[in-house]
Amino acid sequence: MSWSYLPHTAEDRKAMLAAIGVEKAEDLLADIPADLRLDRPLNLPQALSEPDLAKHLAALAGSNSDLQQYTCFLGAGAYDHYIPSVVDHILRRSEFYTAYTPYQPEISQGYLQALWEYQALIAELTGMAAANSSLYDGGTAIAEAAMLAAGVNKRSQFLVASTVHPHYRAVLNTYAIDRGYQLNEIAYRDGMLDDRDLQDKCSKAVAAVIVQSPNFFGCIEDLQAVVDAAHAQGALVIAVVDPISLGLLEAPGKLGVDIVVGEGQSLGVPLSFGGPHLGFFATSEKLMRKIPGRIVGQTVDGDGNRGFVLTLQAREQHIRREKATSNICSNQALCALAAAVYLNTVGQEGFQQVADLCLHKTHYAYRQLTAIKGVEAVFGAPFFKEFVVRLNKPAAQVNQQLLADKIIGGLDLGRYYPELADCVLLSVTEKRTRQEIDRLATRLEAIL
Amino acid sequence: MSYRKGKALIFEISKAGRRAIDLPACDVPQQAIETMIPAKFLRKDPAALPQVSQQDLVRHYTLLSERNFGVDSGFYPLGSCTMKYNPKINEDACRLPGFSMVHPLQDEESVQGALQLLGNMEAYLAEIAGMDAVTTQPSAGAQGELAGLKIIRAYHRHRGENRTKVIVPDSAHGTNPASAMVAGLDIVEIKSNADGSVNLEALKSAVGPDTAALMLTNPSTLGLFESQIREIAQIVHEAGGLLYYDGANANAIMGITRPGDMGFDVVHFNIHKTLSTPHGGGGPGSGPVGVKRDLIPFLPTPVIVCDDGKFRLDMDRPLSIGRMHSFYGNFGVVVRAYAYIRAMGPAGLKQASEDAVLNANYVLSQLKQDYYAPFDQLCKHECIVTSKYQQQYGIHTLDIAKRLLDYGYHPPTVYFPLIVEEAIMIEPAETESKETLDGFIAAMRHIAQEAKEDAAQITSAPQTTVVGRLDQAAAARKPIVIWKG
Repeated sequence: MSWSYLPHTAEDRKAMLAAIGVEKAEDLLADIPADLRLDRPLNLPQALSEPDLAKHLAALAGSNSDLQQYTCFLGAGAYDHYIPSVVDHILRRSEFYTAYTPYQPEISQGYLQALWEYQALIAELTGMAAANSSLYDGGTAIAEAAMLAAGVNKRSQFLVASTVHPHYRAVLNTYAIDRGYQLNEIAYRDGMLDDRDLQDKCSKAVAAVIVQSPNFFGCIEDLQAVVDAAHAQGALVIAVVDPISLGLLEAPGKLGVDIVVGEGQSLGVPLSFGGPHLGFFATSEKLMRKIPGRIVGQTVDGDGNRGFVLTLQAREQHIRREKATSNICSNQALCALAAAVYLNTVGQEGFQQVADLCLHKTHYAYRQLTAIKGVEAVFGAPFFKEFVVRLNKPAAQVNQQLLADKIIGGLDLGRYYPELADCVLLSVTEKRTRQEIDRLATRLEAIL
Repeated sequence: MSYRKGKALIFEISKAGRRAIDLPACDVPQQAIETMIPAKFLRKDPAALPQVSQQDLVRHYTLLSERNFGVDSGFYPLGSCTMKYNPKINEDACRLPGFSMVHPLQDEESVQGALQLLGNMEAYLAEIAGMDAVTTQPSAGAQGELAGLKIIRAYHRHRGENRTKVIVPDSAHGTNPASAMVAGLDIVEIKSNADGSVNLEALKSAVGPDTAALMLTNPSTLGLFESQIREIAQIVHEAGGLLYYDGANANAIMGITRPGDMGFDVVHFNIHKTLSTPHGGGGPGSGPVGVKRDLIPFLPTPVIVCDDGKFRLDMDRPLSIGRMHSFYGNFGVVVRAYAYIRAMGPAGLKQASEDAVLNANYVLSQLKQDYYAPFDQLCKHECIVTSKYQQQYGIHTLDIAKRLLDYGYHPPTVYFPLIVEEAIMIEPAETESKETLDGFIAAMRHIAQEAKEDAAQITSAPQTTVVGRLDQAAAARKPIVIWKG
């Protein structure tokens, strides 16, 4: 039997064994104790030929309801934005995707420069002085930011807005719990964090206040007010932001935020059932040497030519082992490359245009839907590309009916906020047309 | 040397008024933005993103890709990283709309194919590792380690035992102690034997009532099989600790031996190594974790369960360590690995591991005349030589690595494992032909010859790359990590 991924012929194997000085392949495994050898074939399905494999995968994929056939109004941390054609063409350059971490900078200048440019783009969007070359995802980026904050100001409590994505809070909890850190929650009022509750709970024990804007409900938080309250107690502020919103909303760096993180999937990365996505991480010059993960820096070679290298590696696990700032080793380089290509493709004007389109379409949808009998506005706070409405029928039932019409409805919030049991979180990206929004309104009107 | 001209930055080729995509006009009635969002929240200065034409954008990245080396460019024997060929159908698979255009929070009913793929993958990985259950949620090997250690910690805690010490050999990957630190555990480092195997006496004196786990790679980070693994397992288990398997080197063992049968309780896979998914330039990877039966209740949520042929995501797991990822991990990477397992089948995976071992032993046999081989014995999927013979000519491991660039090869891993002085760790994956290996061997021999005759050729290498050796110290002293115009 032969496999196209394995090049050796029987003669090759024979010649190589002879050169090693053994008789058969089995002799190379003589150091594995006999009683540890698996004495049967692995119980896995038999090999498929390439055409059969293609057919099998297409069938498996075909059994999912994909967004090429369905119209999506679901967001909640993963968004159906348009991905420019050029993005995947660049990602398919196999000099990029078949490389590993650029340990040898002389033959990795292409990727190093691309990642350095990514860092620069993230810094520009967020208004910060430094960025890393990405982390696993939004949730882990927040957890890493929190660990950094606790390490910097030697405090052990995180004050987290209840308007931060529930999954992000869950990941943060997983990371924090075994380190002896405590999580304390800020209540919400009218879709935004309750500033009185923030004032009450923010103390000198708080390492960082963690706030998301636009928050999980789509509402825009007053970052400046959070910064003022937190800094008054010596706590850092970690802002979780939707990068697309930064085409419209003030850069958090301009408001005094200490660490800006978030999920970068909106920037040209497919939904892919939740991953791979990327976490972005930006901070001040002061905290640069505490950043987790890979960072690319500019330097020169012996002749003074500009070049790029992985830098500040003294922070990292392969040098510092248990004294490292994080255990992270890989990053999401290919997704960071996608984000950079995306940002450069839409460019300065296009980026604002995408944000504006999201805003106008979301508000249009909000007006159309809240005009329907049986749909009710829930919060009065300003919102960007998502909003919450209350339905007069169970959300799960409504979504089932929408699905039959090839519409993917909003997120049933009762799963996360029992008091919002009959509410859904809807998202409208620039990809949604007026016709699609109107169709959602018409269908909802018929259902409710 | 004009070919060493730097490549312009995207910021340097930007010109106001250019664009690389045409976006649609707004098709809904618009309101003034200030009526929707208070002016104080609005951005004063737009983000100064580059403005380039589509042609210039594509050319920029095409030129950058030409300044980069991947597995598709040439031999990439980076030890401990398993740089095997990345099959192209896997790339097609993860881009099928049914996989790439599916939202993670869609109704379970509408994503049965995706859940089935994950469920099947868990079963395949459990079989390969000899474990009882697997989660594919961790995003990479290091996060797999963290998940595994948290599971171990939760297990001990549930049994009312406060075990906080993780034993890590000094030959371990750096992520092992770092992950233990992030898991809130204390690290006890033990000295290895000279051949990288576990020193049983050191292990015996390290274990105790506070031992949570021993973390081990097998084959070891020196590429040698740890044949005392049964005794090691017994020592750790008798002390009440658990055994953690770092799967970085699993490419040597598929279908040959299984961590579960060796006595390991928890394993992680690096499927971007063992199961052919592309390394992506540093990620995304994927680090599934397998556990023995007693540890199943502690797996991260959500857990995929199948009732009567219908898949669902179970959140009701009171003993779970919780969520490790915003959604379900790097699904797109798992799809690629699934395609690989289905293409190879059980016999193909075993043949892959056997050929990986064959390639490493072959390279070692051909290099040990010219390079010092500290472990002149059977190796598994990777082998180690050093620059000991070359040092009399002033040549160090770094010089040899840089000289290999001039011969068109990606160098092996250098200066790891830390316990071998001036290590050169070569992992010639099974997808490389004898001709490729012979070419590399010839280059290495040629460099050994150059060391004797023309050392300056080596110390001034690389000469053929787009930049020369870069000033790492300057980069770290005054970091320039963003564009400042």
